[in-house]
Amino acid sequence: MAKRIDVSGLTAYYGTHKAIEDISMTVEPRSVTAFIGPSGCGKSTFLRTLNRMHEVTPGGRVEGKVLLDDEDLYGAGIDPVSVRREVGMVFQRPNPFPTMSIFDNVAAGLRLNGNYKKSELQDVVEKSLKGANLWNEVKDRLNKPGSGLSGGQQQRLCIARAIAVEPNVLLMDEPCSALDPISTLAIEDLIGELKERFTIVIVTHNMQQAARVSDRTAFFNLAAVGQPGKLIEIDDTERIFSNPSVQATEDYISGRFG
Amino acid sequence: MDISTQDTKTPPPSPQPSAAEQKRAAHGATRPGDRIFLGLSRGSGILLLALMAAIAVFLTYRASLAISKDDANFLTAFEWNTGVVPPRFGIAVLAFGTIVSSIVAMVIAVPIAVAIALFLTHYAPRKLSGPIAYVIDLLAAVPSIVYGLWGALILVPNMTGLFGWLDTYFGWTGIFSWEGGAPRSMLTVGILLAIMILPIITNVSREVFRQVPQMHEEAALALGATRWEVIRMSVLPFGRSGVISASMLGLGRALGETMAVATVLSPDFLIHGSLLNPGGGTFAQNIASKFGEATEFGRDALIASGLVLFVITLLVNGAARAIIARRKEYSGANA
Repeated sequence: MAKRIDVSGLTAYYGTHKAIEDISMTVEPRSVTAFIGPSGCGKSTFLRTLNRMHEVTPGGRVEGKVLLDDEDLYGAGIDPVSVRREVGMVFQRPNPFPTMSIFDNVAAGLRLNGNYKKSELQDVVEKSLKGANLWNEVKDRLNKPGSGLSGGQQQRLCIARAIAVEPNVLLMDEPCSALDPISTLAIEDLIGELKERFTIVIVTHNMQQAARVSDRTAFFNLAAVGQPGKLIEIDDTERIFSNPSVQATEDYISGRFG
Repeated sequence: MDISTQDTKTPPPSPQPSAAEQKRAAHGATRPGDRIFLGLSRGSGILLLALMAAIAVFLTYRASLAISKDDANFLTAFEWNTGVVPPRFGIAVLAFGTIVSSIVAMVIAVPIAVAIALFLTHYAPRKLSGPIAYVIDLLAAVPSIVYGLWGALILVPNMTGLFGWLDTYFGWTGIFSWEGGAPRSMLTVGILLAIMILPIITNVSREVFRQVPQMHEEAALALGATRWEVIRMSVLPFGRSGVISASMLGLGRALGETMAVATVLSPDFLIHGSLLNPGGGTFAQNIASKFGEATEFGRDALIASGLVLFVITLLVNGAARAIIARRKEYSGANA
């Protein structure tokens, strides 16, 4: 069940440092939205506020609203743990649980959420691995450790792990930056398939990647080092890359930035 | 700078360096600094092995002098009479007592130490974890004789309540039956040893838990894991081999602890089924109690018992390494 994300007036802090300021945007369900911008502009921070991972960092706190359909993720009485079960996340570096087998890695999220029969688990694991285009490569070694896979396979394993719990939203924080071009292509193809089922938000430093995979693109920037990052504009990817409405976006995309 | 000028002035005679040269280059032992460091580190390694061998040879030689004259079975006899003719002595009681007291200490200390380490690294606010860690460090700096005195003067008199309670409710197991003697028994020794080995296990575990990569913890968090589930999924599996190593360090201390045991235990040469009844003994305690007044032969006999302790310690360390190695491919090390 893909859901709409509706952010209004979001400001995030690390202690007293304001990392991002007053960000508002809407992310449609079953679409891919890419965040681009220079390092330190707060796009990863903003991504992490969408599943309340930001507040795991000591001193991390947030002002503003993030609505998932009609539910405010920062509303009173909302448990961050349950938010993260609804909003899955894939990280920059592949991080399968090193002590778990491939099977257990994919089943890990389900096992957190309740008791499943072995056969149910097997079904979900197979479905998730197929969904992550990894099944054919690992079906004969499900009991081997996940850390024995290649980097690209590990990242797809992490995607399988994230989609196994059927989240409403899938956040990806530079999922390909540690991968070679072929593995990157595999992940990009996968993103195209996954958007049929999930709302996907992806942070990337690779502008071709943003152009290839996303429906909409958001450009973030910061005035100067130490200043909070801001959302400059968000628009259809095609428009952002051909005819952006803000000059700074065009400068960044065409490489005239800084 | 040296290298570049050398390269331009005298190009190497053959483009392919010889196998020996390659090997030397790979070892990095071509510059004086590298050679000195290699010599130092290699020398230290060899010195350590030589020391171990020297200790083993010394123990074995002196022990063989005593064991060859032993009229009883050295491994199974329940007595220690080195002054009579023919001498009769065996290590059965000592081996039993050493192992039992260490097991009791480990059973008590390891869970508490791991819990403290987890609390310090994952639950306590930073302001609190610093001072607590400092106090635990202090605990490690207390000399063992002080623990012994504290054990004899404070712990032993205050154990009667616990012993009575254990006897009442768990006496039927046999392990916790109590005939009412002074609580200078294996359980008291085990508790005291547990307190003594707590700091080292806590400190090493804390270091290991602190090194759990952020990305492993975030992997669990992003799946919707609670703090405890993060610990179960990411922290404990990653720290497992480190906790085993920490426990082995603690166990080594418990096996060899001397003064604290000698001060608290009231020893005899019997194997007691109950942990609560006073009696029994440990290798180190037996050596400490008897060494001062022992004859030349008596000392050789005590050294023979020390050799057994040496072997037990080696076996324990070997077992620990085997446990760590068995699941190596699943450890966090290759992530």
